[in-house]
Amino acid sequence: MKSLESTEISIWFFIGVLLTVYGVMILGYGLWELISGHTANVVLANLHAPVWWGAIMLALGLFYGVRFRPGNQQ
Amino acid sequence: MAFWQPGAPSLAHLGPLDIAVIAIYFMMVIWIGFYLKKRSNTSEEFFMAGREMTAWIAGLSFVSANLGSLELMGWAGSAYQYGILAAHWYWVGAIPAMLFLGMVMMPFYYVCKTHSVPGYLKMRFGQGSSIVAAFSFAFMTVLMSGVNMFAMAEVMKVVLGWDLNFSIIVSSLAVAAYVALGGLRSAIFNEVLQFVLIWGGALLVPILGLVEAGGWDGLKARIAHNIATGDIPMGDYTHMWRSMGHFSDNPMGVHWTGIVFGLGFAISFGYWTTDFLVVQRVLAANSLRSARMAPIIGSFFKMAVPFIVILPGLLGLVVLQNANGSHMQLVGENVVKDCMRGASGLATPAACSADLATTSILPETKKAVLSGTGDMELHSYNEVLPLMLVRYCSPGLLGLGITALIAGFMSGMAGNVSAFSAVWTYDIYQPLINKKARDEHYVSVGRWATILGVVISIGAAYMVMSAAGIMDYVQALFSFFISPLLGAVLMGMFWKRATTAGGFWGLLIGTLTSIGLWAWVKVDPSALRYVALSPDAKDMAENMYRALWSVSITFIVIFVVSMFGKARPEAELNGLVYGATKIPTEEPVPFYKNEWYWAVVAIVAFLGLQIMFW
Repeated sequence: MKSLESTEISIWFFIGVLLTVYGVMILGYGLWELISGHTANVVLANLHAPVWWGAIMLALGLFYGVRFRPGNQQ
Repeated sequence: MAFWQPGAPSLAHLGPLDIAVIAIYFMMVIWIGFYLKKRSNTSEEFFMAGREMTAWIAGLSFVSANLGSLELMGWAGSAYQYGILAAHWYWVGAIPAMLFLGMVMMPFYYVCKTHSVPGYLKMRFGQGSSIVAAFSFAFMTVLMSGVNMFAMAEVMKVVLGWDLNFSIIVSSLAVAAYVALGGLRSAIFNEVLQFVLIWGGALLVPILGLVEAGGWDGLKARIAHNIATGDIPMGDYTHMWRSMGHFSDNPMGVHWTGIVFGLGFAISFGYWTTDFLVVQRVLAANSLRSARMAPIIGSFFKMAVPFIVILPGLLGLVVLQNANGSHMQLVGENVVKDCMRGASGLATPAACSADLATTSILPETKKAVLSGTGDMELHSYNEVLPLMLVRYCSPGLLGLGITALIAGFMSGMAGNVSAFSAVWTYDIYQPLINKKARDEHYVSVGRWATILGVVISIGAAYMVMSAAGIMDYVQALFSFFISPLLGAVLMGMFWKRATTAGGFWGLLIGTLTSIGLWAWVKVDPSALRYVALSPDAKDMAENMYRALWSVSITFIVIFVVSMFGKARPEAELNGLVYGATKIPTEEPVPFYKNEWYWAVVAIVAFLGLQIMFW
């Protein structure tokens, strides 16, 4: 029986794409905040959550996107 | 139709980046629906996702279908109100039942190759029981979907100032499109995606909240401080069992027997093992081992959900502040409505004053609210999660958090309509309307049933909008059917002697018992002392004991009626009943891939959590 992960595009690839796009957007905003000094009016803005949260999402997104890219299923 | 309500008061204001995050999510779910359309041509593919799901996908989808946004916000609000007691619904109210489904019940559901829970009843007890279960499930599923849709639209109005019609139409169109196109496979794909988004969007809140509060110890110390200063009502917010000795010892008005037997057995086993909305996900697994592993994998994530739901509620007790820097105190929905401001101060000052007198709000806050001026606004318990999101999330992250709430709603709704579509087609349309049609015909009926389910849900949402009181009744109605169904399925699965007549009458009388007890307390509130065993019991305790009475009556009726009837020959019960079924042997696997090993790990983790927060 064919498993879901051997269909043409795996669910994990969709998740990888979405996390990558979100990661780029959020990390990009965080870096802009860091460089420009225009921080949003939120509590603990000094921790620069968009930078590290965006980076984590981007890393996970790239991992899943590449690992489960169409034509590369296990 | 005005999509936006410019100038409408709202908790959060979305920027272009947030809007982009939400828009990309909608594009992605529709893309998945179109992509999977070509893989849902047969009824097995459309209704059962081809039974090709791996354990991980089935397990995540199993939990995600239950993780609606109203559940997220509602239980975060309950945690603010009642403390960590709210976590009972995630731990004792879910984990034992999930493990029981995986390890004990799943072989029977899986081996008999049923398409649905009413389908199992048909094989075990005949058409009568199946029809009762199918109609009650189909009717209540779409009605509940509508109620949730309306409640979600209201949340979007409060949080973002979105128009109710806009929220209802856009979200339901998206769900209808991707489920009608790709069937259960599309619903499951999206549920896994939504599960990841829910964690990605909501996990940051407790992390940053704990940093601000000074960790768990800091949170406990600040709660104790706020109790001492009168900022929050007296109570034990960080222990789960210590205040369960008597109904009046805790603000929920529940007793440990109600939690263990009512919630932990009658309600939780009813929901997690017989509600087709969640069981359908596991039936789509690609092997018996995957079907058993799926609920076990789900149980670990379910155990972790309080971190993104209950903890933000507790953190809200100590970190939320008003615009003037004073400590923010949340109140019930009724107080917020009565204290709403009109063009010239408070709309109903007398009602507001009376409501405020019943709260523990500090005198200076009361004065500021009653003056109807300044920037002092009241927020309800259910707004604690959005308030925490707004507190910590900058542009982009806020959009992600809001997307998590929308995704939660859509996964719940997709679960409802995909389950409705399967039950309508297999358990109502096929046996009663068109028995011998071609397979493509049933797929077509399933697609139309999905759209019909969404249309009825929208109708139910507008019905609730026109008469808000209906909402309580619909939610109560749903609880009427769950426990009797549990009684019938358990007796059918574990007692060979149970007869067709026993199953039918047990299901019917169990349901009538539940309705009768509910009506009795409605007409005469003092009946609570009999239904919930104490005059100090509150609504939640009543639900728990009502479910327990109902399942007990179902057991008794099935037993008595069956004893007077003739049992089916054992050969006919193969694949349906314990003791008459040969469970297929599975290939030996290393211990870390064995379902029994992970079930034991889950039990140990579950017990560890109870001890840790005793």
